Amino acid sequence: MTTVATEAAPSQEAPKPSVLRRGLRLSPELFTGLAGTLGLAVLATAGRVAVPVAIQQGIDRGLRAPGGPDVGVLTLIVAVTAGVLFLTMFSAAMMNVRLFTVSETALAGIRTRTFRHIHDLSMLHQQSERRGALVSRVTGDVDQISQFLQFGGLIFLISLGQVIVTTAVMLVYSWQLTLVVILAFAPLVLVVRHFQKRLSVLYLDVRDSIGAMLGAIAESVVGASVVRAYGVQHRTAERLDTAIERSRRAQFRAQTNNVISMSFGEFAAGLALGGVIVVGTLLGVDGKLTIGQLTAFLFLATLFVQPVQVATEVLNEAQNAIAGWRRVLDIIETSPDVADPGTAGRALPEGAVDVRFDHVHFAYPGGPEVLTDVDLTVTARTRVAVVGETGSGKTTFAKLLTRLMDPTTGSVLLSGVPLTEVRFDSLRSRVVMVPQDGFLFDATVADNVRFARPDLSDVDLELAFTELGLLDWVGGLSDGLRTEVGERGEALSVGERQLVALARAYVADPDLLVLDEATSAVDPATEVRLQRTLDAVTRGRTTIAIAHRLSTAQSADEVIVVDKGHVVQRGPHADLVADTDSIYARLYASWLEQTR
Amino acid sequence: MTSGKVLLKGLWVLGRAVRDEPHVFAISVVGSVVFSLLTIATAFVSGRVVGEIALPAIDDRRVATGALLLGGVAVLAVSIGKIIGIFGRRLGAGAMQFRLQARYRQAVTRRYLRLPLEWHQRHATGTLLSNANADVESAWYPIAPFPMAVGTVVMLVAAIASLFATDWAMALVGVAIFPSLLGVNVAYSRRMAPRVARSQQLRAEVSAVAHESFDGALVVKTMGREAAETERFTAKTVELRDATIQVGRVRAVFDPVLDALPSVGTLAVLVVGGLRFRQGAVEVTDVVSVAFLFTVLAFPVRAIGWVLAELPRSVVGWERIRHVLDAEGDMAYGTTTPPEPHKPAALRFDDVHFAYTDAAGERGGDVLSGVTFDVPAGRTVALVGSTGSGKSTIAALAARLVDPHTGTVRVDGVDARELTQEALVGTVALVAQVPFVFDDTIRGNVTLDRRTAAGRPVDDEAAWSALRLAQADGFVQQLGEGLDTKVGERGTSLSGGQRQRLTIARALAGAPRLLVLDDATSAVDPRVEAAILAALRGDVTPLRTPSGPTAAEVDTDRQASILVVAYRRATIALADEVVYLERGRVAARGTHADLLATVPGYADLVTAYEKAEAEKEREHVFDDEETVTA
Repeated sequence: MTTVATEAAPSQEAPKPSVLRRGLRLSPELFTGLAGTLGLAVLATAGRVAVPVAIQQGIDRGLRAPGGPDVGVLTLIVAVTAGVLFLTMFSAAMMNVRLFTVSETALAGIRTRTFRHIHDLSMLHQQSERRGALVSRVTGDVDQISQFLQFGGLIFLISLGQVIVTTAVMLVYSWQLTLVVILAFAPLVLVVRHFQKRLSVLYLDVRDSIGAMLGAIAESVVGASVVRAYGVQHRTAERLDTAIERSRRAQFRAQTNNVISMSFGEFAAGLALGGVIVVGTLLGVDGKLTIGQLTAFLFLATLFVQPVQVATEVLNEAQNAIAGWRRVLDIIETSPDVADPGTAGRALPEGAVDVRFDHVHFAYPGGPEVLTDVDLTVTARTRVAVVGETGSGKTTFAKLLTRLMDPTTGSVLLSGVPLTEVRFDSLRSRVVMVPQDGFLFDATVADNVRFARPDLSDVDLELAFTELGLLDWVGGLSDGLRTEVGERGEALSVGERQLVALARAYVADPDLLVLDEATSAVDPATEVRLQRTLDAVTRGRTTIAIAHRLSTAQSADEVIVVDKGHVVQRGPHADLVADTDSIYARLYASWLEQTR
Repeated sequence: MTSGKVLLKGLWVLGRAVRDEPHVFAISVVGSVVFSLLTIATAFVSGRVVGEIALPAIDDRRVATGALLLGGVAVLAVSIGKIIGIFGRRLGAGAMQFRLQARYRQAVTRRYLRLPLEWHQRHATGTLLSNANADVESAWYPIAPFPMAVGTVVMLVAAIASLFATDWAMALVGVAIFPSLLGVNVAYSRRMAPRVARSQQLRAEVSAVAHESFDGALVVKTMGREAAETERFTAKTVELRDATIQVGRVRAVFDPVLDALPSVGTLAVLVVGGLRFRQGAVEVTDVVSVAFLFTVLAFPVRAIGWVLAELPRSVVGWERIRHVLDAEGDMAYGTTTPPEPHKPAALRFDDVHFAYTDAAGERGGDVLSGVTFDVPAGRTVALVGSTGSGKSTIAALAARLVDPHTGTVRVDGVDARELTQEALVGTVALVAQVPFVFDDTIRGNVTLDRRTAAGRPVDDEAAWSALRLAQADGFVQQLGEGLDTKVGERGTSLSGGQRQRLTIARALAGAPRLLVLDDATSAVDPRVEAAILAALRGDVTPLRTPSGPTAAEVDTDRQASILVVAYRRATIALADEVVYLERGRVAARGTHADLLATVPGYADLVTAYEKAEAEKEREHVFDDEETVTA
């Protein structure tokens, strides 16, 4: 409100228009038929102005007609105005339909694009975001924009039209009175700008606090069993209350500022109305204005005041939508650090894949090095086990191999092609990883296995389970292959989920299969059986297994031992065990200790 | 529900809001009424100033400056009064809406914390999240314009009264216009209701698809199914788009009609006023005032429409909240405490049957049928069985996360259902197969601000000692801020093994008398596992680990009975007894050696690795022999 604040405005306010502009650029659909819609908007406001004009004409030519009240003229004026009103209604309806259609279409576009982009972002980026927050990017945040465009944007458009048309008509009646109205509202511009800045900060806080609250709620739902097992309901309730209360306060604070800002609009309205009466009467006394014109002007001033007030409020609430828009833009404008080279890329050469790590280093952003100078080759058609203690860097190795992340320095090559140059469609169909957490979708066992091969027939599906030696297990399920696995597969046990995940990778028939502790929760007998099957079917391909149990290592052609980010040993199991002082020998001894 | 019933129910929900927040509501309504009355006053003050000061002045070409200024000031004064009204109304409405949201979010989440796990398992996570968030929001959405609508009703009554005070004929126009405004509003909300409900439903579905897809992002990515997933999401998004456009079409038609009605009133007043003026019944001032009244009323009357339009959505939200708040089946705790709270606890399963219930409320086949076994005080029992044989279910029953359908689970001879919650959680600690970590500090995750069964608070010392035992002290020390380090949502900053060790430490920190490990030590070195188990068994076998002598810290407080789901033969070997499960039944019980000798299924399971290795050796020998022969 102070001059200082206003002067400082241009430098600090920079993000707001740019978010809007970037947001609009994101959705070219929004501009479809915009000229037509704007034309309709002008027509739609014409009706509102028609009424004050009718009143002026009615008073001056009807009620106060020189020969006494003339009801005939009055009726004619009213009839014409009614006609205009009808047209107005019609064009307003048309405009609304166009606006809704265009904006919803545009928002559906934003939703899908953001969704796709989130999937395109690297594992690293996905992990750094709260999952709930990612979901809200394609739901709540977009809804926020939609509300703004349809309620706010619509009202803003009409209001703007109304202000322009009203100002024009006011000017026809009296430029002096028009000046009075505009002068009354001029200070409002500064006030609104000041509050916009505050509100943009406050609404950002609102969205943050809501995000945190959703996180707390999600935690209490997802962690329900832990909360219960440890009897920490009270503690959890307190954490929830704090988060809920914080979001309430943030919302109320924003609301308060919004109201204060609005009250200035009301004050300006009073000033304008009072000013029009005083100045208008003085003009009338000078013979420059009739009583009908003065009355009409009062109506016009109201028509000017209302939309300006409404627009102020819309602009305030727009800050909320802009916060949402910014969050969507933040995602869309983050270029994936692990990007698909697309058509510029290459396909992997046909046949089994060999792997080369060329002096690979990796560190998570801001973290210590997880892998240091890994330099090795895995020959095509071999079965390699990667072993090491928890936290040794095994899983990072698998993630680099499947290009879920890129090395900090050095490069990974498959069949001589740097991974960064391999097209994703080629990479993902030829290289398949089975992660430790075998995530399942809320569908049947069959649907989940078909995930990568939707065209797979029932017969082939059953054949796959037979080959894997899992037909017995499927037979034990309540509904066989049609058994619903529930949300995240939770209707199955952890081990069973891994079986389905393995079958899913198996039918994908990749040339390089990466197993990241894919059978850690499966019982030993089943694991051994699976191992045997995998051995049989992996003859033609390269398999790299991040091994948790050393049984896998024993049957591998070669073992790679990772310790504290370094490859410390490699070779066939028998050779490595022979070196009795080695890390592998120690791991193996402890493995024997627990299995014998 | 018919639309009439929805309307009634919606009004009932509004009544509920008033009962919950009477004071804030009163403030906002008073503010709203002040605002409304002053809005009418604007019309009359302006009308009188024009009629009594401006009109004679213009006609006489002479102005009474004092009176004119007074008129201008009066108009401004009314505006300032309106500002006070706005503050009361808007802040009151905001406070009411946000307080109601907070109140019901707390109520719903409190309920979540009390409802049994079985209830949780029957409801999708996404649904529960939206119950506490979106549904609470939509239930109280109409609260924002509600005080204004109430104020508007008062205003309408006052307006009609003032109309009759002015002139009965013009008043009749008002009497015709205002009810038809209400009528159009009601028709509007009726047409909106089903369409809004549908778009709400689709919004939830879009959210569910996104949630699942991002949850499974790793699988989507590694299988290169981004495009297919986007297609799946797009299909739902397009449905949502079409549904929202349908909502928009209704709005598109009704909004302009509602906008135009007051203008129609103004025009009618002009005609009727003209006739009455000719009869000499009214003055020009009266006509102007009444016409102006219609103009200023046009906007506030819309508030009633907003409230009515939001009611269907509000009712849907409210019913979903009620579904949670009214959900039956609290897992009630008993009043008994175990007889000897300082010794390891005994666990007994007596003919326990259990089946999971699906989302539709239908109970599936038995996961456990007639399971009977016991863990005598101070002993260690290993639970062994193939994948899907019911081990995790037994673990959940032992910690009373769920209750058996028939049969009993006893702790120290007392039915677990009869124990108090404090006694239960102080006695049994479960470490689940999949570690769950809170978005909190390491300290918060380990201590959970608990007290042990003996009443001691779980302090930093206890936390460090538990972390040491779980071999998690090393990485915690390296975290920079030690116990104060925040671990992020679900512990994303930690590796899987670190998370697992953290949850083991959490269980140990509470000094449980019965520890249930559901395949929870897979990420822990077997030696460490042995140390943990030894400490809990009270064996004082010194063990050297990099972080110091662990077993030396054994104190008698630590001793516990252990039920451990295991595959490792080393773990099994530590057990006093093995319970071997086959498809939800206890197939055999006994020592490892006995079962190995007498139960072929058991032998197959636990010696799988050895057998595989032996076979491999044989192949080798065979290969060698072949080479020799050749």
